[in-house]
Amino acid sequence: MSNAAQQFLEAAGTITRNLRHRGLIQTALRKYEVARDRKKSAFNDWSSARQSAAETKWDAINHLDTYLTEFTSKIEARGTKVHWCTTGPEARDTIRGIIKDAKAKCVVKSKAMTAEEIHLNEALEKDGFEVVESDLGEFIVQLRKEPPYHIVFPAMHLTRDEISDLFERELGSAPTREPEELTMIARRALRRKYIQADVGITGANFAIAETGMVSITENEGNARLTAALPRVMVTLLGIEKILPKLEDLALFLPLLATAGAGQTVTGYNTLYGGPRQPGESDGPIEWHVVLLDNRRTELLADPEQRDALHCIRCGACLNVCPIFRNVGGHTYGTTYSGPVGSVITPHLRGLQEWKHLSNASSLCGACTEACPVKIDLHHHLLQNRRNAVGDSPSWIERLAWRAHAFAVNTPALYQFGQEVARIVEPLRLRLQGTPLDPVKSWTRTRDLPPVAPESFKEWWRNRR
Amino acid sequence: MNVTLFIPCFVDSCFPQVGMHMVRILERLGHRVTCPEAVACCGQPAFNSGYWDEARIVAGKTLHHLQEAEAVVIASGSCGAMLKVFYPQLYAGRPEEAAAQRLSEHTWEFSDFLVSKLGVTDLGARFPGKVTFHDGCHGLRELGIKSGPRKLLEKVRDLELIEMGDAETCCGFGGTFAAKFPMISTAMGEVKCASAADTGAEYMVSNDSSCLMHLQGLLSRQGKPLKTLHLAQILDSQ
Amino acid sequence: MNAQERILARIREALKVPAPKPGSHGHGGHGRDVAPAPVFAFQGRPVQVARSWLPPGGSTPQEHLTRFAAASAELKTDFRCVESESEAHAQLRHIADSEGWARVASHHSPLTDAATAALARPTLFTDGGYVPDELEVCEVGITTCDVLVAQTGSLVVNSRTSGGRALSVLPPHHVVLARKDQLVCDLTDAFQRVEQLHGAHWPSMISLVTGPSRTGDIERILVLGAHGPKKLTVLMW
Repeated sequence: MSNAAQQFLEAAGTITRNLRHRGLIQTALRKYEVARDRKKSAFNDWSSARQSAAETKWDAINHLDTYLTEFTSKIEARGTKVHWCTTGPEARDTIRGIIKDAKAKCVVKSKAMTAEEIHLNEALEKDGFEVVESDLGEFIVQLRKEPPYHIVFPAMHLTRDEISDLFERELGSAPTREPEELTMIARRALRRKYIQADVGITGANFAIAETGMVSITENEGNARLTAALPRVMVTLLGIEKILPKLEDLALFLPLLATAGAGQTVTGYNTLYGGPRQPGESDGPIEWHVVLLDNRRTELLADPEQRDALHCIRCGACLNVCPIFRNVGGHTYGTTYSGPVGSVITPHLRGLQEWKHLSNASSLCGACTEACPVKIDLHHHLLQNRRNAVGDSPSWIERLAWRAHAFAVNTPALYQFGQEVARIVEPLRLRLQGTPLDPVKSWTRTRDLPPVAPESFKEWWRNRR
Repeated sequence: MNVTLFIPCFVDSCFPQVGMHMVRILERLGHRVTCPEAVACCGQPAFNSGYWDEARIVAGKTLHHLQEAEAVVIASGSCGAMLKVFYPQLYAGRPEEAAAQRLSEHTWEFSDFLVSKLGVTDLGARFPGKVTFHDGCHGLRELGIKSGPRKLLEKVRDLELIEMGDAETCCGFGGTFAAKFPMISTAMGEVKCASAADTGAEYMVSNDSSCLMHLQGLLSRQGKPLKTLHLAQILDSQ
Repeated sequence: MNAQERILARIREALKVPAPKPGSHGHGGHGRDVAPAPVFAFQGRPVQVARSWLPPGGSTPQEHLTRFAAASAELKTDFRCVESESEAHAQLRHIADSEGWARVASHHSPLTDAATAALARPTLFTDGGYVPDELEVCEVGITTCDVLVAQTGSLVVNSRTSGGRALSVLPPHHVVLARKDQLVCDLTDAFQRVEQLHGAHWPSMISLVTGPSRTGDIERILVLGAHGPKKLTVLMW
């Protein structure tokens, strides 16, 4: 078993018994479900809308070379510097270079999962830069020195009391139970940072090929400010963020907001097409767009799971996933958690090390049903399992499945098995609760039904 | 109609009464029921574990015995999904593909067979009690079964159906998942049982015995009064 | 080969094997008790079809107005549709008095020039550059917009003709002045209008603003004014 798998099992074992955590997450996500259902019902036809989105993303991903080239030439024409990076370290070094060249001291950052993916903050802090996360949830988890709990709701695992304690400790603010006051504490703490910062770093939700622009979705206005005041701006995004046309946003913005947060559209959806243009009153003098591969092309090379690159990171699959809702975001130990994380992490970081995430699923399909771009998520988990076995089968397991096949395919053996189970049942019951129980992984929390005195097939035979 | 029953291994061994009720219901409706004894398992456990070659050893036998059937009826949405949805994938590009496709088209989960194929909803059953219905995920999302079981339950005399908040949330069984990740499986089952208990129902009913095995196991261990029942047991009650 | 060529080559290599069309997989995710959603051949501009599936924006100007008002109410945007420009100015003066605006920020345009003149308060104009600290202490940013969207209750500002990137987001109150004929049905129309206005010469930023700044990051409880404006007022005539 890989280290990651071991850590996952241990973390899951602890957190699934934490009823406080369970209650907090279930409550928060039930609120989300109510809002999402209300917004979904405002669509004239949700199911056709998501089919259309799936086809649009299919077009984008299956002509990625054409669209990326178009995007790049258009955005460069307005004075943007585009950097192509194959790996995380390459992207990190590129951004470190930009910040050093800018002779920056303070960096303000808006939410970017891609930056989490390449561990950008750690690298910049090691270089001695102050990096301030400006999204409220990200600001909170940064103060706690932990990764975001959820790709859209980074601090959903915390109560207002915990946040108040944190602010009191880290910012010296007075304790309060009001979310409004807590938000204002963060607002005041960050206002100066936008003005002082030399460099602003953002992520992006979409890259529009037709016009050469990126689109950034947010609610708080922190990304707007991050992109407005610092003199240098850096935008880091994965190469899969492409959309062919500007008007595609008319579909994708409502879809993203509805599926992700139960909103019609989010507060700010902002297109950036270049650094400050002649005649404009503000905005960065320099803008660097960093395009990240980081093994996305490997996922692209798997046609069966290529649609996982359609993901718009809305978080809907996490929100509905009963596994996520019980183990929480941190248990995964990955940048992208929940069903989509379990699908793509093996491609991005190695199948054998991360295959346990594909096994840790009941394959219920709630994710696939919730996905606004119709990624076949739960079937991809099945394919990952098959691929993991194909690459590196466990001979013990293989032998066990062969034995199982032989037993169920041989009626006499199958019946003999039932007989044995009936005979050993009293012994099994005596062993239940001891380490010798052969089915303890089941019986630790559940009773096991005994084999009936007369099986169906015996009844059927006798009946005739 | 000639109906071929597929009784999955765990129903055969642990819940034979589910199969018996199905036989009685189908015979009462005037169909000739057969049950090939050689067939025991659909091969899903190996399939879901990634061992597709081994799954094909089991599935091959099942396919061989069922491929000519006029209608195959299954007591579990999960095994039903295996035959209906995953056999064609398991045999894609192989000589058995056509047979798997044909079997897929002739396979029905029990409640779906009654409602969609036979057009029957009233079986003349009587069951005094409050019940809530759990949608097994494979039946719900792979086979698209949602309203059928409810139509059947609505026609049962003296039965009160109360929907739970988490009817469509997975119970946490998930086949080998329940044994490989028992702590997650248990937590999911607890959420499900709490949601069912909140309705005040006496029985949690489903069309999937595999979910019920897990849920009843949890309820029994925790000494909860809520009981689980397979839909066929209710539909055959007088 | 540089990095761009390298990545593009990897992409082209990967795309040699075609992927199945979306929606063609298994039975999962199609919903229940219904036939699978139609799988249509890709037409290149599907959003023209897709707009009929999205939340509607209404079919007459009056319906657009009603929808915009309803969306604004839900978003907690203070939307005021008035009879004339002079009434808009009167409303603006009233808000200024009740909130005690000492410093106003705006940009030059026919609508904003008339409004700031009517307000007659110290005004920072962002055109041609400004000191961020001076903008930060203004109580309000008054701007025009390109277009307003009935479907979503949104409005569009840009960095060239709405006073820059920060004016509409740094001060705690954002006031938008608009004419009724700027209100369109839905996002599809809005993007078309934006393209007509700016397509020949794009500004560096175009922002679709939907309500005042908001967050739900603490226990999913809505709080307005996370980092951007706590208040958004739309004055339309």
